[in-house]
Formats: sequence, C-alpha cells, structure tokens
Amino acid sequence: MPALNINGKTVNADVPQDTPLLWTLRDVLGMTGTKFGCGMALCGACTVHVDGAPTRACITPVSAVAGKKITTIEAIGADPVGNTVQAAWLELGVPQCGYCQSGQIMAATALLHQNPKPSDADIDAAMSGNICRCGTYPRIRAAIKQAASTRGGRT
Amino acid sequence: MSEVINVSRRTFLGTLSAAGLVLAVGRPRLAFAADEQKYGADSMPNGWVDSPLVFVAIAEDGTVTITCHRQEMGQGVRTSLPMVVADELEADWHHVQIRQAPGDQARFGNQDTDGSRSMRHFFEPMRRCGASARTMLEQAAAARWGVPVAEVRALNHEVVHAPTQRKLGYGELAVAASRLPVPARETLILKTPAEFRYIGKGNVKLVDGPDMVAGRGKYGIDTVLDGMLFAVVARPAVYGGKVVSYDAAAALKVPGVVQVIEIPGTPPPSEFQPLGGIAVVARNTWAAIKGREALKITWDDGPNATYDSTAYKAALEKSTRSPAQLVHERGNVETGMAKAARRLQAEYYIPHMAQAPMEPPAATVRIVGERCEVWTATQAPQATRERVAKRLGIPSERVTVNVTLLGGGFGRKSKPDYVVEAALISQAMKGAPVKLTWTREDDVQHGYYHTVSVEHLEAGLDSAGKPLAWLHRSAAPAIASVFGPDPKHEQPPELGMGLVNVPFLIPNLRIENPEAEAHTRIGWYRSVSNIPHAFAIQSFVAELAAAAGRDPKDYLLELIGPARRIDPRTLGDSWNYTESRERYAFDTGRLRRVIEMVARESGWGRKLPAGQGLGIAAHYSFVTYVAAVVQVAVNEKGEVTIPRVDVAVDCGPQVNPERIVAQFEGACVMGVGNALLSEISFKAGRVEQSNFHDYQVARMNVAPRDIRVHLVASDFNVPLGGVGEPGVPPIAPALCNAIFAATGKRIRTLPIAGQLSA
Repeated sequence: MPALNINGKTVNADVPQDTPLLWTLRDVLGMTGTKFGCGMALCGACTVHVDGAPTRACITPVSAVAGKKITTIEAIGADPVGNTVQAAWLELGVPQCGYCQSGQIMAATALLHQNPKPSDADIDAAMSGNICRCGTYPRIRAAIKQAASTRGGRT
Repeated sequence: MSEVINVSRRTFLGTLSAAGLVLAVGRPRLAFAADEQKYGADSMPNGWVDSPLVFVAIAEDGTVTITCHRQEMGQGVRTSLPMVVADELEADWHHVQIRQAPGDQARFGNQDTDGSRSMRHFFEPMRRCGASARTMLEQAAAARWGVPVAEVRALNHEVVHAPTQRKLGYGELAVAASRLPVPARETLILKTPAEFRYIGKGNVKLVDGPDMVAGRGKYGIDTVLDGMLFAVVARPAVYGGKVVSYDAAAALKVPGVVQVIEIPGTPPPSEFQPLGGIAVVARNTWAAIKGREALKITWDDGPNATYDSTAYKAALEKSTRSPAQLVHERGNVETGMAKAARRLQAEYYIPHMAQAPMEPPAATVRIVGERCEVWTATQAPQATRERVAKRLGIPSERVTVNVTLLGGGFGRKSKPDYVVEAALISQAMKGAPVKLTWTREDDVQHGYYHTVSVEHLEAGLDSAGKPLAWLHRSAAPAIASVFGPDPKHEQPPELGMGLVNVPFLIPNLRIENPEAEAHTRIGWYRSVSNIPHAFAIQSFVAELAAAAGRDPKDYLLELIGPARRIDPRTLGDSWNYTESRERYAFDTGRLRRVIEMVARESGWGRKLPAGQGLGIAAHYSFVTYVAAVVQVAVNEKGEVTIPRVDVAVDCGPQVNPERIVAQFEGACVMGVGNALLSEISFKAGRVEQSNFHDYQVARMNVAPRDIRVHLVASDFNVPLGGVGEPGVPPIAPALCNAIFAATGKRIRTLPIAGQLSA
C-alpha cells in the first residue's frame, strides 16, 4: 500500500487498503494517542487532521489518506494553535478520565484554525460530534474560548 | 518493550520501597475484636495497617514516590490521595511522583474503586501514612544529630533543627528512617487543618493532565506488547444463550486472522464470568472485526429470549398496583388515606442504561509458564486477579494485574468478565500476548445494565395539602441476580439508596417492594438505585406541592422538617453505605442547608421568559447531601435546552475542591443525558441499540450551558462524604420539575426524548 505521511514523517504500514487509519495507527504503528470509541464516526475520539481538516480515523481507510498530511494528537503540540489549546485544557482542568480528550483537542484545534473567534453556536456545531462521558463539556467550551482569547483572533 | 511494561516493572532505588516489600509480605493479619465494628479501610477483608513502607518510597536524591492504590477513572484520585500523603509527609509536591499499585489487596488494602469511597475511606489512613513517614524521618534526623525528637521538625522536604539551624533533606535521611520501627497509630501526631499545605487548597494540578492532553496517557486499550495479537469475541445476543455450532472457515480466510477459538460461557447467574462465544484472534483489531463478521454461528438463545422491554414495563407497572413485600412501615397508611381530603397517585419509569465509558472494556494478557500478567483498566483489580487465577487454575499470587488509567468506568469496569475472556484467549494461544477489545456494539449489547424500574407512589393530603399518608412501591430487578439465585427483590444496598432513607415528616408511611425478575445482567451504574428512587420521590413531592398550590422548595423543606440527626435504622436502612450509624447519622439540617443554598444561589423564584422554568430536587446519597435547581427552556417544537444548573453540595470536608466541582459538573451532564436521551431496550431478548446513534448520551449541544457548583464550607471534624456519584440523582427530577414549571407537562417516563413534541 502507499506510504502515509504522519506527523511529518513518511511511514509504511503493511495493511490492506481498506484498513481504517485508526487501527493502522494504533495496532500497526503503535501510536495509541488516537482513541477508539465507536468505529462509526459517532463519538469523535479518533479525530485526526488530514490536510488540516478534522477527520474520523475510524472510518477513513488508509487508501483515502495516502499522500495527504496526517496530524495526530502526538504532534498537535507542535502546532501553535494546538499548543494553546492544550495549555488552556490544563489551565482550566478540563480532563477527567481524559480518554476522549485527544479527539476533543484535535476537534477544537481544527475549529480555531478555521474560526479563531467561535461563538457558542459555532462551538456547539464543531464539538457536538465529540462525546465526553465524564461530562467535561462546560470546561471544553470555556477552554476553547480561553484559547481563542489567548491567540487574539490569530489562526 | 512498551512504555507500559517499563513503567510497571520499574524498580525504585528508594530504600523505603525495598524495606516495604519485605515488611508487607510478613505482615500479620489484623486481629479484630469480635465485638468491635470496623468501618472504612479497617473493615475490609484484609484490614489496614498504617505502614508508610507500603505506600511511600524515598530515593536518595529525595524523590518521593507515593503509591496510589485506587484507580484513576476521571475523579482525580491519582492526584488527590497522594496529595494527602504528601501533605502529612511535609513533602514538596514538585519532588513527588506517583506509582500505580497493581492489584494486591493483602498488601494495599481495599482497591475496589466504587461506591464514592476512595477519599471517604482512605483520607485518614493516608494522612496517617504520611504522618508516620514524617515521624520516622524526624526520628532519623534527631538520632543523627543526637538531639531530642521534640527539637526537630519536618518542613517542606527537609528536617530542620531550629536551635542549631541544621537541616537534612529527605533523601539523606531515607535509609536511616526506613530502618526505624513504624510508629503505632495512636502515637501519630497529625497536622491541624491550619497546617495543611495541599489539602483543601486547590493548588495541585492533575498529575495525569499533561499526558492526557498530549495523547500519552496509557489506558488499558493502549497496551502494546511485543508480538501481541488482537482479539474480538462474538457473544450470545441473549443473556444465557450459547453456541450450538459454528463455521470459522470464512473468518479464517480474512487476511490477518490467525485463529478462531470457542470460549465457554457461564449460565446465569454468570457473575463476573464471560458470556461465552467465539473469539477471533488476528494481527490487528480491524482484521479481528472483519473475521468476526465472517463467522457463521448457530445460537441457542435460552429462556431469556422472550425478554421484551415493553411487556416488562407493563408487568412491572401491574406488580406495583397491588400490595407487595413490606420493606418499612410507620403509622397506618390505610387510616391516613381514609382521612385524606384528596389523594394523588403517580408512576415513574426509568429504563435500562449502559455505562458506555468512552474506553470500552479491553484487556491484554500474557501467560509465561505458570505466571500470568494482565494490563487492563479495571475498577476491581482484586476481583480481576482472583477470577483470572481461578479460570487459569493457578494461584492468585501468580497473576499480576497492572492497572492502567481507566477511560471512564461508571461501574462497568467493576466487572472483570472482559479480562477473563482475554486470559482464556491467551491461554488458548499458548500464552501469547493477546489484547481483547470490546467494540462499542459489544459494550452496548452485552453490558451489565442499570436496572429497569417502576416506582409507584400514592399520597393522601389533608385539607391544607400536607401528606397524611405515603405509599411507595418500588419494583426493579436486583444486582444480586448476577451473583446467585435471583432474589427478585431489591437488596439492602438498593433499598438504602434513597428508597427508605428519606426523612419526611409523614405520620403514615409504607414502602413495598414487588417481585421483579432479571432477564439480563444487572450492574452498578454511577449512582445506582438512587437514580430511580430520587427521580420518583423528588418528582412526586413537586407534584404534591403543585396539588397543594405551594412553592415546591417550601413544600420540600416542610416535608423534611426541622434539623435533626436520624439513626438510619429508624428509617428502615440497615446498610447506611457501610458507614457508622453514629458518625454518619442522617442529618436533616445538612439536607435543609443545601436546599436553602441552592435556592439562594440560583435565584429561586426569579422571573423567567415564557417557555422557561425552574425545578428543584434534593437527594442524599453516598453520605453526601445535594440539591439542584435546573433552569430549562422548552421551545414550541418541544425541544429542551438547559441554560443553567445550580448544584449545592455538602460532602463534608473538601480535600481537592476543584476536582469536587469537576465531579459535580460531570454528574450534572450525565444526569441530563440519563433524563433526556439514554435508553437500553430489549426485544426477543436482544438489546435493540448498538452504538451512539441509537444509544444516545449527552453531547455538547444538550449539556447545560452554565453549571454552577456551590460547596458548603465544612470543617475537618465532619466525616467525609462521597463525591463521584451523589451529583447524578437530583438532576433528572429537577429537570422534569423545571419542565413542569415551564410547560405544565409532567414527565414520568425517562428518557424524555420526544415526549414534549407531541
């Protein structure tokens, strides 16, 4: 199968073309930061960026992302927006069990790249695909606003 | 080798740690006086010994390693419990690291992370643990200097001799201190609250936070071992069903599939044992899933194939409409009803729900020779160890259960059936490392579900609207049905979760419990039976208030009556969350206070726009007092939004107030999800839902926009209450009471779903 570009590195994974990116990352490449939650793009735990767009890795076959730029939670700290989001998450004590937060942070970072000053409605629209069973939504909302304010409208 | 293994096998240079191992092995069992009732940590099967050697290691560079023996599942326990030790130890938090204990109850005391009791049961033991280590360091320093112990003092990672301005770091004292006898419990001098450095201060950040936001946190499902295989299991769709025959030919042709194995099931009551079925082992999880899809299995569904939620609801309702097994009585309900000016009656229904932690059940097992090693997210490492050992036919000592972070638990991970499955698969694969993953469909369809319940209430009111008589019939299959012959009745812990321990001033009261048979695995779900009991009782009180033309908050306070301490036995509660009846008497003053506080803070009675309303509910659970006011908005299409929720909490002293607030925010969101969306239903014995499209939980867009948690200030003489669970029960009734205030419509069946759009 074609090579994958993950976090700036070219990686070869020996899997059939229809294998989802999620299982390729987790089981074949040992990159476990991207989480499994549902397998049907219903919960957002597996969110990665493909050419900057938030993408559910659990339903994305590797054949669809060959040659594209894939960014995972392991590298999002190198992105200035991602780094600000992570800092806001820690500052406001967002994580409880923490399991869904990889996907939440990837979704929030993509949102702020696209829309540096999101309204509550924008946050609802961008983040409602990401389930947090611990119920950290109020702090996620606050942390997104704080990250937006820290960045002062920059994307 | 993965990081997980390296962490679990890392040995510490700390001298206390090495001594601890030796001591722990030879530790004598506690001899309990037969007539002395024990509580908390002391009451557990292996008791508790105040030995810092088990929990604290100090390396010669001064690094303090504190062992956390309770599991992290979002409550922040890996931060909060070690923080208690560090505070009494006078350790500098910057030089503290945390080690997670493997499952070993004989060594670490009780590890079952459930029942909202980690801090409640271990605050005092952990304080003593830190204080005894501090005392040993002080004694070592005094001996080194040849001065009286009274002249030295531990202060922020050093022991100081003030008269001579001498100091020794903890690392310099560790070896000598570890050779001293552990001070007896009664000789320890604990800090006064004024001396606390971390307890109650909110100045310690989550220890796992930086890992969690960078994808480095290791959950059970993240375990990576060399040469590891991956598995999923096809399980019977009906509880008690079994494999008649299967054809694995097509599955074995799926690229990556290695082996197909039959797992024997355990007929009901199946306890923590696997349901049985066919396992597919592959080179990665995806191949295992594809292989499972290709299996051809003929099942025998067994007697539960007729379980049907619609019919079961009707049967439960019928059972609550005639007299049933008596649970508790005072006065005479018939006499009271006969004198009543008016009578009211209502029935409330809550369906099964699945915990659906975001990390589904998963376990990795490797067997080498006669030793088995497990890596998993479990709330019950001891039960995990014992069940795995028994199924493999080896002693428990040969099973190591390495506990990872839990990606949520909510009660599901108290049952180690998934770990036993992984062990059986590894055994069949000649001990090869195998990671078993439950897909979300597996989790939704093969769980240990929250019970299903009908609560039938009747009241007779006098001419002023005060209740003269109260009848409550509660019907729900029991959790005990998983462990033995189905008792068909709620057991003392279920009765004690808000059914009997309700301190209303009503002269004639009767509580009954009709039969309810279990047809699926019933299990703990965050807050457990408090959910249906609080929903029914707090809704019914608001219904009575409306009938009486009274303000619901005032009416509730009048029902509770004046501040007093009640022996729970007088309410028919023999369980009392396993706590002392004296220390943990039911304190109506504290219940009143949270109601008054939440009313004040929420602006109870304030004017709201049309279509909006406020609802109030209060509930005592896990020895904590909680009241909530929900502000709801219902639009013309019947859609519900929640602009604001206020929650007032009296959980006694607050060790980590910021995490307590977080727990109550999360419980509020979960309570909203329970009320609005979540339902597991059965047809032909099978769960009708399969994933998050049809088993719905709260998302960002339905979560309350603004949750304000108000903590009642408390001093450290008050015993601690629970935190993880008590936030859930009052939310659903407060929400439905708010909907009534907004629309005049009374919701008695959960989830609310589309009921308001009709």
